[in-house]
Amino acid sequence: MKKFLIALLFAPLMAFASGADVHLDKWPGSVGDKPALQNGAKLFVNYCLNCHGASYIRYQKLLDLGLTEGQVKESLMFTSDKIGEQMRVAARFDEQKQWFGATPPDLTIITRARGELGNAGAGADWLYTYLRSFYRDENRPTGWNNVVFANVGMPHILYGLQGQQVLNHETHKLELAVPGQMAPAEYDKAVSDLVGFMVWMSEPQQEFRQKIGFFVLAFLGLLFVLAYALKKEYWKDIH
Amino acid sequence: MAGGNFEKYKSDGSLPGNLLEWVDARFPATSMWKGHLSEYYCPKNFNFWYFFGSLALLVLVIQIVTGIFLTMHYKPDAALNASGVPIAFASVEYIMRDVPGGWLIRYMHSTGASAFFIVVYLHMFRGLLYGSYRKPRELTWLFGVGIFLVLMGEAFFGYLLPWGQMSYWGAQVIVNLFGAIPVIGNDLSILIRGDFVVGDATLNRFFSFHVIAFPLVLVGLVAAHVLALHETGSNNPDGIEIKANKDANGIPLDGIPFHPYYTVKDIVGVVVFLMVFSLVLFFAPEGAGYFLETPNFYPADPLKTPNHIAPVWYFTPYYSILRAIVWNFFGLDAKFWGVVAMGASVVIFAFLPWLDRSPVKSIRYRGPIYKTMLTLFVICFFILGYLGTLSPSPMGELVSQVCTVFYFGFFLGMPWWSRMDKFKPVPERVTMK
Repeated sequence: MKKFLIALLFAPLMAFASGADVHLDKWPGSVGDKPALQNGAKLFVNYCLNCHGASYIRYQKLLDLGLTEGQVKESLMFTSDKIGEQMRVAARFDEQKQWFGATPPDLTIITRARGELGNAGAGADWLYTYLRSFYRDENRPTGWNNVVFANVGMPHILYGLQGQQVLNHETHKLELAVPGQMAPAEYDKAVSDLVGFMVWMSEPQQEFRQKIGFFVLAFLGLLFVLAYALKKEYWKDIH
Repeated sequence: MAGGNFEKYKSDGSLPGNLLEWVDARFPATSMWKGHLSEYYCPKNFNFWYFFGSLALLVLVIQIVTGIFLTMHYKPDAALNASGVPIAFASVEYIMRDVPGGWLIRYMHSTGASAFFIVVYLHMFRGLLYGSYRKPRELTWLFGVGIFLVLMGEAFFGYLLPWGQMSYWGAQVIVNLFGAIPVIGNDLSILIRGDFVVGDATLNRFFSFHVIAFPLVLVGLVAAHVLALHETGSNNPDGIEIKANKDANGIPLDGIPFHPYYTVKDIVGVVVFLMVFSLVLFFAPEGAGYFLETPNFYPADPLKTPNHIAPVWYFTPYYSILRAIVWNFFGLDAKFWGVVAMGASVVIFAFLPWLDRSPVKSIRYRGPIYKTMLTLFVICFFILGYLGTLSPSPMGELVSQVCTVFYFGFFLGMPWWSRMDKFKPVPERVTMK
């Protein structure tokens, strides 16, 4: 009876864990992969930062990726000349609104905003799928549409790398009509690196947070042994 | 006990002794120490459920201390900065990134908010288990209900401050509810917002309420709650009065001094709590999207309404009750009755001491009726809470209506069903099981 009631209590939470509208591919990367994050940073600065800001993070923080100040200044800083500056976008908001219909969102914490209830990691999967799901659509003002984000305002900015996909309306699958500079597997890796950078950027201290978490728990574990022994000692005469 | 007269400290001639004697002649230091700690007698049979009062106090301290540090860098400003982001929202990310240790303080505060409700709900459930609200502890219970109400307000105001999408639209929805009150509703909601929509004026007044007005009341109510408790003495899992059996010195036979016995025991509880707290804080600070909701990582946008607006998990049971009321009565809108039902669902806890008519306090000596009713009540509470996180649906509406009826039936029927049970004989002295 007790077990049944407990199961009943948690049933709603279980039911919630499943259920998404579009199938999302799992982001294969990890935030611990420094070379991948460096490559992701390069892609981000070259492709994304033209329209999207990352205004909560400073260029200086990129040093944490294992880059030198010279490397950051040389190859990653196009919108500012001070390393302490935030990664702002050069374009103007009102102009962007005219061009795309909406101001492109700031991307610093986009992977967290795209998470789901019960699955905070879903944001990375969403981006990984989204950036590989653009297809040609002549009905759209930009000429591009997206399977994950219908009628998206953003054109396929990476099409030079991926090539041009079309949507097969019978199979509902994407097909590569014009190849790009990268082979499909190469492109997937590049997108994975880019998403990895965005996951890192959303919370640069996340690895450090977990690392000290282990120390805190170890300390508390030790403290528990002491506290419990103390309690036992004081209570030994209470019956 | 707490108000008892304790002899003033007599110095042994040492310097600290002289100092204490000097203080004691001017301030009830020894009297307070003895009355509330070293000679405050607690039943010796407290179990697991008795940890949550001291834990609630711990979380209150965590929230106040982290809140003080957050206030040093947080800016309640809805204006846009040079990057087109509201200053309030950007200041939270500034704390998370540029303030040394800021992320830790912020996660402690955001995790602490949910932890506060978890320990308070468990603390209240303990009261239901062992009849802690019954005579002579009605005032302790009433102060507790007051704490719960103020805590809800505190959490609601605090949730607006990060100025994310859910902060903004959640506040918009809740403040609009006041508009459903006849005659004064519209003006009242404008008075609360300070504007026709949630805006900079709202953010600043909520900040003011959150950092000073409500914490001040909260701390005062907590003091009253503890003072009232120490006047009557604590209840226990057997629901019997330990003061009924005293030794020659007037000390309860089943009582042990709070200090050192329960201080050392509560330290164990604190350490275990901190372990669970740290697991969330360091490894899942979003609490799977329940503690930090994902839409709140988008800055507030007054022009873009989210598809689905849901309050944070600790408000969802009441939100479900609000949504369950879909009928107009007496020419008044269903929304108004929803607000009334939502308010009543919280305030009704205050009437428990007078609704419960059973001859015994503790669930240990009550029969199957109470056990079944309490279990169903908890299940209803969970179901309502779960449904409150979802978008409205016909099925969800029906289920939440059934649960709402049971929720109120539990309280309003209590004068009858609490009397009908099959009771077991209550022991003379506390039991150590």
